[in-house]
Amino acid sequence: MKYLTEYRDPALARSLVERILRVATHRWTLMEVCGGQTHTIVKQGIDEVLADAVEMIHGPGCPVCVTPLEQIDRALHLAARPDVIFTSFGDMLRVPGSRCDLFQIKARGGNVRVVYSPLDALELARGNPDKEVVFFAVGFETTAPANAMAVWRAKQEGVSNFSVLVSHVTVPPAMVAILESPDTRVQGFLAAGHVCTVMGWEEYEPLAGRYQVPIVVTGFEPLDILEGIWMAVRQLEEGRHEVENQYVRSVRREGNRPAQELVSRVFQVVDRGWRGIGVIPASGLGLRPELAAFDAERKFALQSIRAEEPAACRAGDVLRGRMKPFECPAFGTECTPAYPLGAPMVSSEGACAAYYNFGRFRRSAAGD
Amino acid sequence: MASLASGPVCPLPRGEHDRVQLGHGSGGKMSAQLLREHFLPRFGNAHLDRLGDGAVVPVEGGEIVLSTDTFVVSPLEFPGGNIGHLAVHGTVNDLAMMGATPRYLSAGFVLEEGLPFDVMDRILDAMAAAATAAGVVVVTGDTKVVDRGKADGMFVNTTGVGILHGGFRPGPTGARPGDAVLVSGPLGRHGMAVMAVREGFSFESEILSDTANLAPLVDGLRTRVGAAVHVLRDATRGGLASALNEIAGAGGVGVELDDGVVPVPGPVQAACEMLGLDPLYVANEGVLVAFVEAGAAPRALEVLRGFPEGAGAAVVGRVVAEHEGMVVLRTGLGGTRVVDMLPGDQLPRIC
Amino acid sequence: MCLGIPGRIVEMRNEGGLPMGVVDFGGVRREVCLAYVADEVSVGDYAVVHVGFAISKVDEDEARRTYDVLREMGELNDLGWIRDVAEAAASVEVPREQGGASPREAAPELPGADS
Repeated sequence: MKYLTEYRDPALARSLVERILRVATHRWTLMEVCGGQTHTIVKQGIDEVLADAVEMIHGPGCPVCVTPLEQIDRALHLAARPDVIFTSFGDMLRVPGSRCDLFQIKARGGNVRVVYSPLDALELARGNPDKEVVFFAVGFETTAPANAMAVWRAKQEGVSNFSVLVSHVTVPPAMVAILESPDTRVQGFLAAGHVCTVMGWEEYEPLAGRYQVPIVVTGFEPLDILEGIWMAVRQLEEGRHEVENQYVRSVRREGNRPAQELVSRVFQVVDRGWRGIGVIPASGLGLRPELAAFDAERKFALQSIRAEEPAACRAGDVLRGRMKPFECPAFGTECTPAYPLGAPMVSSEGACAAYYNFGRFRRSAAGD
Repeated sequence: MASLASGPVCPLPRGEHDRVQLGHGSGGKMSAQLLREHFLPRFGNAHLDRLGDGAVVPVEGGEIVLSTDTFVVSPLEFPGGNIGHLAVHGTVNDLAMMGATPRYLSAGFVLEEGLPFDVMDRILDAMAAAATAAGVVVVTGDTKVVDRGKADGMFVNTTGVGILHGGFRPGPTGARPGDAVLVSGPLGRHGMAVMAVREGFSFESEILSDTANLAPLVDGLRTRVGAAVHVLRDATRGGLASALNEIAGAGGVGVELDDGVVPVPGPVQAACEMLGLDPLYVANEGVLVAFVEAGAAPRALEVLRGFPEGAGAAVVGRVVAEHEGMVVLRTGLGGTRVVDMLPGDQLPRIC
Repeated sequence: MCLGIPGRIVEMRNEGGLPMGVVDFGGVRREVCLAYVADEVSVGDYAVVHVGFAISKVDEDEARRTYDVLREMGELNDLGWIRDVAEAAASVEVPREQGGASPREAAPELPGADS
């Protein structure tokens, strides 16, 4: 596949690894804030082969993992209603709520459907006028333009049986929260390539300056990640802290203006809770009041649903990079992909699931 | 656990997994758990407990192999075939994986009220043709009809009987360190062919289900490789990864896969990339996995490649004595990755 | 939120005011909303697609440049040991003889030995 598989060349990857190992005079600590990058890093064993030069801390880059517990509970409540067809991206289906998950609601008779695109959910609404179709609009800035278009089209076409349950989060406030935290060890960031495809990287420049951290906008294939890490390490070795773009084939400084424009017409910035972390001010997107008719929270009066996390789940510490998944007392015992305590163990992008599914071998080889 | 939320709450308490879920049918860990906790305790016997593709049972005069499979695919018709092809090939292949030559099938049908005759006839035509081509006879059957909504169009069960040959006994526990791991063809075709016509996902592709009768390939291995074939398994639901995990577990051995040699057709790879799926876990209906003594691997490969269904056969890894029960893949980078059994079905992802 | 893959635009049309199209991903085709790249793409161009939406046009020149740089780095790496030896040799102090060239000046030119 063009523009994809050539960035997986193992020989070039090995030469990049060698280059990074040679250039680093120091073991640097970098954080990626993107589930897709975490997935590639752990799956390919990139952190394993670079261990002498770089420690990769996995940030809260999985929007599935950080969707607040009460938003999941609201989703479950809606999915259980007989008059609702509840639609969602696949990743959300096994995320545990306070008492169960969407898969179990489906087993109970709830009409839960996985879709590839929010436009598929809108199509379902057009085709089922006697039902209420709700779409679980989860994601970072990458997915906001798609979710915005679904709402916009629903409004234009007057599809009144369509609504969205919104749980959008934005990346820069999370990076600030991590950088502001007193025990942070992060010295540089890989910024999420597709988030920046939409948003550009202008908003990262003040962060690099204020906190003196290099930020490299990076893609998702092994060669992208390695090149991004190399660029970050080179900055650190040279004492620079700038925003650089590795993912030049997709990202421009200003991002995608038409996408940003529709997002700002449909959504507004709100405070958002991040599961396991807490409320980060101005870190989320919610529907604008003029689009309230498409807001599932208002349409179905869900605000009364509140929830609390089970104490054993340490997702917050993992998501903030304070703890590696295998350091959590519940990892692999009480909390496994089959019976997850928290979202990072469920989502295939979650650090805990990634470590469990890909990394368990290394841990047992290390006598853990 | 969690404190009681005020307002409407989920009626199902977490941890009280008291009913069947879709994941139980995925061929992954939930399926294994369902068997272990509910079925085996009630039916357990030496034959069943081996959990092979079929059961070798003694009868007056020798031994035969019995196997059964139930087919519930939806939609009933998909690119490259229909449920009828699966119903014959699935059981014929299970018999073949035990080393038997398939001879007889029974066929039981649960028909949904409202199923159009032309659909049903196309499926029956497919079954009849597949049975004839495979040299098996459908000697007995049964049909039932249920209310609209109780069966996705049609459910089919086939049970098969096969004849064993002396000295050829591949079995689930036969893997030995040093064995080569072979696959008979490219992966992921059936699962992605069905996915392409699923509502909410549809995409256009030339991917056709790989449903096929693998008994001739097994026959070839039996006559030209013989007892050096230690394990045979058809990789169906749960994909190659699940089959390898089961064999590693049953044999108490480890399996090492090499990156970049597992054959996946371009369009299957593309569809998996689009949906965020891993081809190692996608269902097949015409691929067998063979664990063969290392020295016999080149000959086994030659045998498989002599058949159209085996044109894409390849060696994908080996059996090792380390990491018992685990399947590990060496990445091109030199890293390692555990290819674990999934709990339930693989979910398309956006991250 | 990341899963975006590049594909080739094979068809473009307008559906009730919404720019839509068909994108080919290595043999698999899917309907994709092109609203966010409509002004910059034509049939034959590549776009990155996420959940059924094109979010950027693939800059093929930049893509080629990235790949060329990576390939060059790969080749330079193979020559790396020659460079390491040359650097080590160049750093050895040898007392200057009257009128002779310093070891550094006399070091041979290495193939592709630019930084």
